[in-house]
Amino acid sequence: MNENLNQDNCKWKQEKKFLENLFQIYLPQKDNLIQMLNEIQEHYGYIPMEVQKELSNFLKIPMAEIYGVITFYSRFSLEPQGKYKISVCLGTACFVKGSQKIMDRLTERLKIEPGQTTKDGLFTIDQTRCVGACGLAPVFTVNGEVYGKATVQKLDEVLDELMAN
Amino acid sequence: MNHNLISLKIDGQKVEVEKGTTILQAARQAGIDIPTLCFLKDINEVGDCRMCIVEVEGKNGFATSCIQKVEQGMVVHTHTPNVLEARRMILDLILSNHAKDCLTCTRSGNCELQSLATKFNVTQIEFEGERINHKIDDLSPSIVRDFNKCILCRRCIAVCKNVQEIGAIDCINRGFDSCISTVGNKSLKDVNCTNCGQCIQACPTGALHEKETIDEVWMKLKDPETYVIAQTAPAVRVALGEEFDMEIGTNVTGKMVTALKRLGFDKVFDTNTGADFTIMEEANELIERLTQNETLPMITSCSPGWIKYIEMNDPEMLPHLSTCKSPHQMFGALLKTYFAKKEGIDPEKIYVVSVMPCIAKKFESKRSEMKNNGFSDVDNVITTRELSRMIKQANIEFTKLQDSVFDDPMGEATGAAAIFGTTGGVMEAALRTAQDRLTGKELEKINFEQVRGAEGIKKATIEIGGKNIKVVAASGLANAKKILEEIKSGKADYQFVEIMACPGGCVMGGGQPIKNSKIRSEVDVRKLRAEALYRIDEKSIIRKSHENPIIQKIYQEYLEKPGSYRAHKLLHTHYQAREKYKL
Amino acid sequence: MKTLEELHTIRQEKRKELELRINTKADTREKHILVCHGTGCTSSKSPEILENFKRILKEKKIEKVRVIKTGCFGLCAKGPIVIIRPEDTFYAMVTPEDCEEIIQTHIVEGNKVERLLCKDIDGTIVNRLEELNFYKKQKRIALKNCGVINPEEIDEYIAFDGYTALEKCLTTLTPEEVIAIITKSGLRGRGGAGFPTGKKWELTKASEGKEKYVVCNADEGDPGAFMDRSILEGDPHSVIEAMAIAGFCIGANKGYIYVRAEYPIAVKRLEIAIKQAREYGILGKNIGGTGFTFDVEIRLGAGAFVCGEETALLESIEGRRGQPRVKPPYPAQSGLWGKPTLINNVETYSNIAQIILKGADWYSSIGTKNSKGTKVFALGGNVNNIGLVEVPMGTTLREIVYDIGGGIPNGREFKAAQTGGPSGGCIPKEHLDTPIDYESLKEIGSMMGSGGLIVMDDTKCMVSLAKFYLEFTVSESCGKCTPCRIGTKRMLEILEKLCNAEGSELDIYKLEKLAVNIQKASICGLGQSAPNPVISTLKYFREEFREHATNKECRALECKAMSKITIHEEKCKGCGLCQRHCPVNAIEGEAREKRTINQDKCIKCGTCLTSCPFKAIG
Repeated sequence: MNENLNQDNCKWKQEKKFLENLFQIYLPQKDNLIQMLNEIQEHYGYIPMEVQKELSNFLKIPMAEIYGVITFYSRFSLEPQGKYKISVCLGTACFVKGSQKIMDRLTERLKIEPGQTTKDGLFTIDQTRCVGACGLAPVFTVNGEVYGKATVQKLDEVLDELMAN
Repeated sequence: MNHNLISLKIDGQKVEVEKGTTILQAARQAGIDIPTLCFLKDINEVGDCRMCIVEVEGKNGFATSCIQKVEQGMVVHTHTPNVLEARRMILDLILSNHAKDCLTCTRSGNCELQSLATKFNVTQIEFEGERINHKIDDLSPSIVRDFNKCILCRRCIAVCKNVQEIGAIDCINRGFDSCISTVGNKSLKDVNCTNCGQCIQACPTGALHEKETIDEVWMKLKDPETYVIAQTAPAVRVALGEEFDMEIGTNVTGKMVTALKRLGFDKVFDTNTGADFTIMEEANELIERLTQNETLPMITSCSPGWIKYIEMNDPEMLPHLSTCKSPHQMFGALLKTYFAKKEGIDPEKIYVVSVMPCIAKKFESKRSEMKNNGFSDVDNVITTRELSRMIKQANIEFTKLQDSVFDDPMGEATGAAAIFGTTGGVMEAALRTAQDRLTGKELEKINFEQVRGAEGIKKATIEIGGKNIKVVAASGLANAKKILEEIKSGKADYQFVEIMACPGGCVMGGGQPIKNSKIRSEVDVRKLRAEALYRIDEKSIIRKSHENPIIQKIYQEYLEKPGSYRAHKLLHTHYQAREKYKL
Repeated sequence: MKTLEELHTIRQEKRKELELRINTKADTREKHILVCHGTGCTSSKSPEILENFKRILKEKKIEKVRVIKTGCFGLCAKGPIVIIRPEDTFYAMVTPEDCEEIIQTHIVEGNKVERLLCKDIDGTIVNRLEELNFYKKQKRIALKNCGVINPEEIDEYIAFDGYTALEKCLTTLTPEEVIAIITKSGLRGRGGAGFPTGKKWELTKASEGKEKYVVCNADEGDPGAFMDRSILEGDPHSVIEAMAIAGFCIGANKGYIYVRAEYPIAVKRLEIAIKQAREYGILGKNIGGTGFTFDVEIRLGAGAFVCGEETALLESIEGRRGQPRVKPPYPAQSGLWGKPTLINNVETYSNIAQIILKGADWYSSIGTKNSKGTKVFALGGNVNNIGLVEVPMGTTLREIVYDIGGGIPNGREFKAAQTGGPSGGCIPKEHLDTPIDYESLKEIGSMMGSGGLIVMDDTKCMVSLAKFYLEFTVSESCGKCTPCRIGTKRMLEILEKLCNAEGSELDIYKLEKLAVNIQKASICGLGQSAPNPVISTLKYFREEFREHATNKECRALECKAMSKITIHEEKCKGCGLCQRHCPVNAIEGEAREKRTINQDKCIKCGTCLTSCPFKAIG
């Protein structure tokens, strides 16, 4: 995990270009904060503290406020995400069709709670709201790929396969 | 009919108020109180806590009385059974998520939540459940954050972000996990906090308080080997009485000195004497800068919150700061050198306690520059509130105390020093000395009304000996920021700038008695305290620092003259750029 | 930049070309293969299907056949869906591997691929889309273009009268006249609360201010609702056109569409649509030479349900935490950056252009007395035809669930339907014949909401359903006001107690007390409506709450603490299927013998229940 963090620290330094570019595209206006955070999240997979600092300088917004915004919106994360991000849809349609059981099984097998990443940095699990594939309920996604009509068994198969890789 | 008047009915009473008045204001004007928690007049009017809800006829749900404006013909009910049940439930919910250790809480007796619980006769919590559990942040030398007592009223955020424009703390997370914290939940000591302590003044509960250090004072007082000296800042004497239910703005200098002596301090001195030294040095520095074309404007350096602010935010402006230490640091330095030598006391045995209206001074006194020959100028800084606690612990009946005077030989101070405690005061005191020094005359006109008053920024052009000097006094860090911007952009050509971190100056410092929201909306606390200081000045026989015989004597005997080598060594300091965030 | 005349030309020519999309008898030798590219179908590989079609057509050098990506057809349960026009053949659950056969059999040989034709619930094979029971009772206004046009081609939108309404407003009507039409049509806000749209426009117009804003609320957050997303994915221009009309009416030159970042396809199509509209001069300065200036910007949400609340949405656009503001003042008076702001939701906007074109009387002839027009629902849960439906107001729940939705699967019983998501409530069997409109739903303790409609069968426990919604509210509460921040948490804790067999009757009393006061004392709609799922389940299913509290029983066998899954000895045939399926090896027993469940190992996942061919497990 720490190694990952360090690697990612290096990564952001190397990719300072990305930030410079971002600061070119956006005007230093407060209402750009969330747009910029979305791009940063997309790029790094999380929002590194150093980047928050740069953003604070650029937008002239105190770091505490930026941190407050990041922790308010569930799309933003403060830590690097696992190699495989598994999200279980807990929208009502999926819930009614038993997606909680999928989530229970997932937390049981990976021994982490939603929002956390396994120690080996392999898996992050998350609950999402409706992904719009209600026709396939219940669904879970692995790195955005939708697995529909899910069962505990199907989840196990997918997990086994990912772990074997 | 006056179109700016709105008439409405509150609890059956006909009320007429100005247009734009809130329901809460209107009710209070009519003598009807509505409970509030998150409301802090002009600072936090957001309607978060929901305590101030009332019923308005013809409207669904409750109205938020602290925000919602009155309307013509409105019929308001402030305590229907529905309202009372809802308020009671809200209070219950807050308490269910609150560390209810009132007996050991610093705010017990002056806690807005506690007094509401008493009012509502809460004897048990109906909706107990999971409670937040946060680590207490007590690493900052000035402020302790105990989130377990926070009720998320966000008054602290409002004052930090909007009034001071610092934003060291903000609301993080959401829902039940919401809390007030810093970036990355770091300690306040590692973020952009200036230690001004205005958040403490805003906090309705014990979630924010000063880092208390009175145990150390007691320890030293107990030790017969230690020579314990107290020095008290100007603003303390006009506020301490409030902690003993005396009127706001009562000058309790005499009682305070008696109390300190009774507590066992070996000597009780007046920081005002230190302030007179500050004036001597600062006026001298100003004259030097004016006459020798050095960096102008010169900006005052008495306010340690301000110093930390500029070190973190505008280090390139540091050459503008006067190199003078703040009065209590100057005074501490003299106590451990001049006084120690004179009285034949080993400076190592001297323990200087500064009683201050300020919590940033706690940080200041620990700065490495504030040392001389290995001795800290000041060993401990306690606030007005902490002193009142010591007096209470010793069971001293403060209001019944006889007056006494500060100890010799460092006891005498001028009226100029007294007004250091309010915005514009340092400037006025410095001008009194500078004008005499520049003109070589003893001028009669010593009141500089232009720099007095409540405004956050007071600009004036003062004519001294045919020369116009442009000055500005700003209080509150948002105003300070504005002035700095003016200077940086070259829009302004001030010669002398006074800045105090707290809005209104030291009388409103973070270490002063805490006034609850209701008092703050009804009384101008700043004005009452400041007026008391101006009265002290008016009544003083000597009102110019350079006329203070003690000052003259010590310069003669020891320091030689303002700006001398020794004066520089003891009374001046330097500054450093500081990282805003230690990530 | 195009002049109005140029737009007219495009409209006429393109319309001729696209006639086959809506007319089975169109005089054409062309064929269009429409491939659904809604999120549901996209996630079941419809882009691959599209590519395959294109590749095969190219390989076979077949001309006069175009492959078109469209928005959602609605019947998501049968996705990915492919429709071939003009004959309107409806292929369901198509895989990329099927493309070759469809081209060969259907296009080249002119026969239908029988095995891929959609089957209705009763098993009859459906040749054409509109023969499906699912579509029979629907009326498509908001979804008019969804599944008909390529949402990434502005010309296709223009072909079907796109931007004619805007032109009409700008060239022949005054803002007052437009507002009068909207008001007369009876259109009400489709975001849930049902505020009259015309009135809202009027109020915002009346507010003084040089700068005003038009905002589209596309932060669709109800779990199980995807109406707005489908509209944005299928017909983004309809929203842009309506926003421009709104801007014209209230005097705004700038619009914001606040859309969830979790809707990448919708965002992409909106971006394309805005870009194309700008290129055509439909957005920007001096639109079509009329002197009216209007532009639209997209703002992405970042995963906070509360941002669907209008004032929280404004806070978020301004770059802050999405914490609602106390109302009044309303956005119409003081909205974005304190300026008068009109906020409508996607579906509301998607009705506007057609109301302008077809008239207020046409629109108000549809629906009930107080609720006019149609409503789009995302039908989900325990119902056969999961998907997107648009029905006239006044359609009964029974019609939606049984006629359109095809009833409950697996021969189960209908227990309740949930509308309005976490702000709404449950509708029990006895109210199945309630006509759906704003007032009647409110009367029976639910609400229209934005359009999620979840059907539940008798395996659903109502206490845990209430718990589910409270979990949602608690995790989505912004934390600003006390009742919602702490109160909903306490409600959830009580529901957890009840589900864990630790509750008592007193807890139900406390639950109700909390519910009532949270409703009244919270700042925003989220808090005020958070207790609704509890209040409505208590209203109709109090008995189940009591059973949980006093008997520690869960009749739906859903609450694990009270339920035990057992194998009925007399029914078990010893086939061992359950044992093979059990993920935790909790089922014991030798081959061909009756099996038993080791309760210590059982995680109550229910896999065995569904795997047993003899219904011996319960």
